[in-house]
Amino acid sequence: MKVAFVGATRGMGRALARGLAERGDALFLLGRDPGEMDLSARDLESRGAAGPVSHAPLDLARPEGFAEALAAADRALARMDALVVTGGAFASQNDLAQDPARLAALLHANFTGTALLCQQAAERLAAAGGGLVCAFSSVAGDRARRSNYLYGASKAGLSAFLDGLDLAYRERGVPVLCVKPGFVRTGMTAGMPVPPFAGEPDAVARDVIAAMDARRHVVYAPSVWRWIMLIIRALPRAVLRRVRF
Amino acid sequence: MPPSDAPPPPLEPVAGWGRHPIVPGRVERPEHLALPPGFEPLVARGLGRAYGDAAVPARPGGRVVESTRADRIRSFDPATGRLHCEAGLSLAEILRVFVPRGWFPPVTPGTRFVTVGACVACDVHGKNHHRDGSFGNFVERITLLTADGRLVQCGPARERELFLATVGGMGLTGLIVEVVLHLRRIETPWIVLETQGMASLEVLLEGLRLSAAHWPYTVGWIDCLARGRHVGRGILMRGRHATAAEAGAHRARRPSRLRVPFDAPEWLLNPLFMRWFNGVYAWTHGRTLRRRVVSYDRFFYPLDAIADWNRLYGPRGFLQYQCVVPRGAGSRPVLALLERLAAAGAASFLAVIKDCGPGSDAYLSFPLEGTTLALDLPYRGAPTESLLHDLNGIVIEHGGRVYLAKDAITRPDDFARMMPRLREWQAVRDRWDPARRFRSGLSVRLLGDPA
Repeated sequence: MKVAFVGATRGMGRALARGLAERGDALFLLGRDPGEMDLSARDLESRGAAGPVSHAPLDLARPEGFAEALAAADRALARMDALVVTGGAFASQNDLAQDPARLAALLHANFTGTALLCQQAAERLAAAGGGLVCAFSSVAGDRARRSNYLYGASKAGLSAFLDGLDLAYRERGVPVLCVKPGFVRTGMTAGMPVPPFAGEPDAVARDVIAAMDARRHVVYAPSVWRWIMLIIRALPRAVLRRVRF
Repeated sequence: MPPSDAPPPPLEPVAGWGRHPIVPGRVERPEHLALPPGFEPLVARGLGRAYGDAAVPARPGGRVVESTRADRIRSFDPATGRLHCEAGLSLAEILRVFVPRGWFPPVTPGTRFVTVGACVACDVHGKNHHRDGSFGNFVERITLLTADGRLVQCGPARERELFLATVGGMGLTGLIVEVVLHLRRIETPWIVLETQGMASLEVLLEGLRLSAAHWPYTVGWIDCLARGRHVGRGILMRGRHATAAEAGAHRARRPSRLRVPFDAPEWLLNPLFMRWFNGVYAWTHGRTLRRRVVSYDRFFYPLDAIADWNRLYGPRGFLQYQCVVPRGAGSRPVLALLERLAAAGAASFLAVIKDCGPGSDAYLSFPLEGTTLALDLPYRGAPTESLLHDLNGIVIEHGGRVYLAKDAITRPDDFARMMPRLREWQAVRDRWDPARRFRSGLSVRLLGDPA
C-alpha cells in the first residue's frame, strides 16, 4: 500500500506505521511537528518502508490545509491508495469540563477535522480508482459514560460518520475502516488507572493491519473490547446512572 | 498530548526482575527522553530486567524515567551494520527487525528484553565475551542528557572519561538518550550448537578453555547439588552462527507464548525438588557430544520463552548472584563458592559458568579475564543475605567482583574492595553530577548517595 498517515509519530499510530513499514508499504507522514515527523520517518525507513518517507504539515484543527496536504501525499507517493488517521486530541473529562476552549478544540479536531479530512480523502481516492480510509475512533464513542462523555461524544460522532462513509464509498472502491481501541497503554493514557483487558500498541497494530487487509468496516482492538462494549451498550440506563465508571 | 502542568505520575510498585526490593515510585514513560521538571532525583529504567535495585528509585515515591517508549531507530547503514537508535529500543526489536536482514546484536545477555540504553549502562556481556568482550566495545557514541540538562556526546575518542564512566556506570552519570552501535553480520538466524556432559568442574573449565579458540559462543551449566568428586559436573555448550548450507531447510517456529500466571508456592523450590530437577537435566544430556542446529532464541534466550518466569520463585522474590574471579586463581574460588552454597543447602535452578576474556577500560565494567558464575537463589531473608556476604568474601579474597545488574545485597565496603577503579569513576561522576541528580536504590546502597 501507499499510505498517507496522520499521527504516525506517537502511541498506536507509531506502532501501526511501523507495522506497515515492516511489511514494505510506502508511507507519507502528515502532522503538526516536522521535527517529530523527521524522527519517525527515519525510523520507518530503517524498518523497511518502501522508498524514502517524507512528510508535510497537517493540523486536524485547520481543514483549509487538507487539500494541499492530500495533494502533497499523492505526489510523494505517486498516487496514494490509503489514508490512515490515528491522530486526535485527548484530555481528561475534568479538564474538558472546566475549559470550554479546550473542549471546543477537541470536538473540532476529533470530529469536524477528522470527518472533513476523511471525506475529502475518500472522494479523492474514489476519483482516482479506489483505495482505503482507516481512522481511529474509540470504544468511548459506543456508549456515553459520565467519566468521559465529552471525549466520547467526539468519537461517537466520528464513528457514525465513518460508518456512513463506508456505506457511501465502498461501492466506489473505497472501503472505510473504523478502529475502536479499548484501553491501550500509550503516552495518551499514561497516569490513568489501567482497567482489565488493557492492550498494547503493537497488538493493536497487528489487529488493525489484518482488518485493513480484510477490508472490514469496523474493528475493536484488543478484540475482547467488542464483547465488553456489547455488554456496556446493553446496560439499562438505570444501571449506568448508578455505576461510577 | 499531556498538558505541561500535568501532575506527577501516580505511585506504582517498582522492582527489579528478582522482585526484591520493591519500592513505590513515580514512573514516567515518555516518548522523548527528558529530565522531569524541577531538581528531583531520578533513576533511569528500561525493561526492568536488572535483578536487584539498579533501576529502583532511591527513596519511596522517587521519580523513575522508563525509556521503553523512546525507541526510534535514527538510522541504519546496511553496508556496515551501524545502528543509531534511541536508548529505549530493545534487543528484542533489533532482533525482530534486523535478523531477517542478516544482522545480529554484537553482544547479548541472556534475555532479549533489555534496552540498548541498559546494555550500555550495565556494559552487558554474553556467551562471546571470551572473544569479543562486552557491549561497550561495540558502542561508537552515546548521547547523554547530563544533570545540568545538556546533551553531551561521548565515545571512545571524545569525552572519553565520561564515556568510560557511562559504560557500566549503571545510569548514574546521566540519562542515556541515544546510542550508536555496530551490529554483526550473520548468514542465517540459526546456531550450530554442541553440548557435552562434563564430569567435574576441572573438566568443564578445561572444556570452556579449549572451546574458546574455535567457538564464538561458549557457556557451561553446573549441577550445584553434585557432591564429592562430582562437584561442578555439568554441561558444556558451544555455538556459532550457522552458514546457509548448515541451516538447510530449517524453518522458524512461532515463538512460545507460555506465561507464569501467578506466584508459585514456595515449596516448589525445596531442595529435594531442585535435586530432582538438576538430576534430570544432567541425565538427559549424558556424557556424549551432541551437535544440532537450533534457532537463535533457543540458544540465547531459553528463559524468554516463559513470560514472567521470575514468578516461579514465589512471592518473596529471588536474588541472582553473579561474580567473576580472575583466571590466575584456577578452579579454587569456584569450588569454594560451590562448597559454600552446598553447605547452605541453597539450591539453584540455574548455575551458569563462563570464561571471560580481557576486561574493558570502562571503570565499573563487570567482566575481567577469568571465570564468571551466575546462579539464582530464592530470597529467604537474613539467611540468604548472609550467604551472599560469605560468597562475596570468597570473591574478594580472590580479587573478583559481582555484577551490579544482578546485585541487591552487596555492602558498600565490599563493593569498594571489588572495584579497583571506583575512585576514578567517582571523580568523573563528581564532575558531571555533583548534586547526585541521578540516583538509584543501588547508588544509595553502594555509593552512599542520600536517599
